[in-house]
Amino acid sequence: MSEVKFSKEHEWIKLEGDIATIGITKHATEMLGDIVFAELPEKGSNVEKDGTAGVVESTKAASDVYTPVSGEVVDLNQSIVDDPSKINQDPENSAWFFKLKIKDKSEMDTLMNKDEYDKFAKESSA
Amino acid sequence: MGKRVNMDIKKTSLYQLHQASKAKFVEFAGYQMPIQYSEGIVEEHRYTRNHSGIFDVSHMGQLFIYGQEDLVNDLERIFPLDLKNLKLNHSKYSFLMSDNAGIYDDLIITKIKDGFLIILNAACKENDYKILKELLNDKYKMILDEERSLIAIQGPKSVEILKSVIQGVENLNFMSGNWFILDDYNIYVTRSGYTGEDGFEVSLTNEFADRFTRRLIDKGAKLIGLGARDTLRLEAGLCLYGHELSKDKTPVEANLKWAISKERILKGNFIGSDIITKQLTNGVSKIRVGIKPEGKIIAREKTKIYNESDLEIGEITSGTFGPSVNGPVAMGYVENEFSKKNTKIFLEVRGKKHPATICSLPFYKKSYVKGVN
Repeated sequence: MSEVKFSKEHEWIKLEGDIATIGITKHATEMLGDIVFAELPEKGSNVEKDGTAGVVESTKAASDVYTPVSGEVVDLNQSIVDDPSKINQDPENSAWFFKLKIKDKSEMDTLMNKDEYDKFAKESSA
Repeated sequence: MGKRVNMDIKKTSLYQLHQASKAKFVEFAGYQMPIQYSEGIVEEHRYTRNHSGIFDVSHMGQLFIYGQEDLVNDLERIFPLDLKNLKLNHSKYSFLMSDNAGIYDDLIITKIKDGFLIILNAACKENDYKILKELLNDKYKMILDEERSLIAIQGPKSVEILKSVIQGVENLNFMSGNWFILDDYNIYVTRSGYTGEDGFEVSLTNEFADRFTRRLIDKGAKLIGLGARDTLRLEAGLCLYGHELSKDKTPVEANLKWAISKERILKGNFIGSDIITKQLTNGVSKIRVGIKPEGKIIAREKTKIYNESDLEIGEITSGTFGPSVNGPVAMGYVENEFSKKNTKIFLEVRGKKHPATICSLPFYKKSYVKGVN
C-alpha cells in the first residue's frame, strides 16, 4: 500500500517502503501556468523538510519547489528537465520531480491527506 | 473570505468579453487587464505567430492634439523627428524626453488631418499629458481620449481577418493608417503593433469595441493576454517602458538611435538634443543588447551580468522563455566594451553563474508589410 500526502506548498508525496516520490500538484500547475523550466536537486544530496529542492519557472516567474520531508535524493526525473511542459500535462503521475530515501517517516504525519489538501487548495485560491 | 478589491481600478470596454473568455486578470497601470486566457501564454504566443491574435490595449493613451503649422514647429522642439515631412496618416516611433534625454515615455505619433494622434503607455499617459500641455503652453486643443478603445490584431492571418470586417485595410503599409467607416462608426486603423508580426491597431469608440472584437473572433482570431504580449515583444527585441526604458536611460543608451531623425540631429534644438548629440559623438558607457543564455536557464529582470574576468558589467532588464525561439531570451544593459555580438558573458541566477552570449536583435525575425502599393 502506498500513501499519498500533500503539503501547504502544493507538493504531493507518495511513500512506498522508505522511498518517497515527490512532485507538484495539479492545482500548483494551474496557478503557475505553462512551465518552461525545471531544476532538480543533486542526486546523492541530502534535503531537509521544508527546504528548497528545485525550481520551476513559467514564462512569468520562478517558483521554488520545497521538499515536504527530509531525506537523501536517490533518483531524478530528467524527462521533466528536458521537456518541462510534461509537468503541466501529467503533474501528479509521470511528471514526478525526485525520489528520496526518507529519514523520518513521522514527518509524513504533518502533511495533509487528499480531502484536506483539496479543501486547502480551494480556500487558498479563493 | 475573498480578496480585497481595489475600487478605483479601471476596466476597459472589453472587460465582460475577457471574463466570458475565462481571462485571468492582473492589475496593470491601474487597469484590470487579462494576463492570459484558458489556453495559456505559450499557446497564445504560438497562435499569434502562426495565425492571428487580438490584444486589448485600450489602457494605452490615445492623445489627439489639434493644430496646424505652429503645432508642427512646437512638436519638433519636443520630439527628435522630422515632423514637417511626415505625410498624412504616416506614423513614427519616438520618445518624450527630459532635458537630460532621459525617457519619460516611448510612443507612436501619427499625422492625422488637423493634427496628431499620439499613442502613449498606460502607466505614463497622465504624466505625458501634463508635460506636453506645459511644453505646448496650453496653446492647442488636447484630448486624452477615454471614449475610445484600442484593439490590436497581430499575426500572419490578421490582414485576411481584418479586411473581411473592414474592407481596404489590406492597402495600408507598415507604419501608416487611415480612417474607415464601419456600421456608421469612425474607426482609425494603423498597420502597426508590438509583436514582430504583421498586424493592425484599431482605434474605435468604446460602445462598439465589444461587438467589433466578437466579429474578429468569429473570423478565427483569438484573444491574447498581456503575458504572451510580453514574450512576443521580447522575441521581437522591442523595449518595454519601465524595463528597458526609464527616466535614467537615453534613446542612445537604449540602442534606439535609428528612431532619431538624422536631419534633426544636425540641427539640434529639441529637448535633450545636447545630450543626444554628445552621446552620438562620444559614445555611451552602457548600452542595451540582446542576450542569449546557453542551455535552458532563464535570467529575469535585475539579474547581474559578469564578464569572463568575473567583473560585474551590467544587468538584465527583461528575460523569459521565448516559445518561438524555444529557449530563454533576454535583454539588458552592459558596459559598451562588452556589447559586441558573440561576447561571452555570465548571468548570476540563484547564486550560480551561467554562460550566455551577446546577440543581435530580434531573436525572432519580423515580417512587416512594406510595399503594398
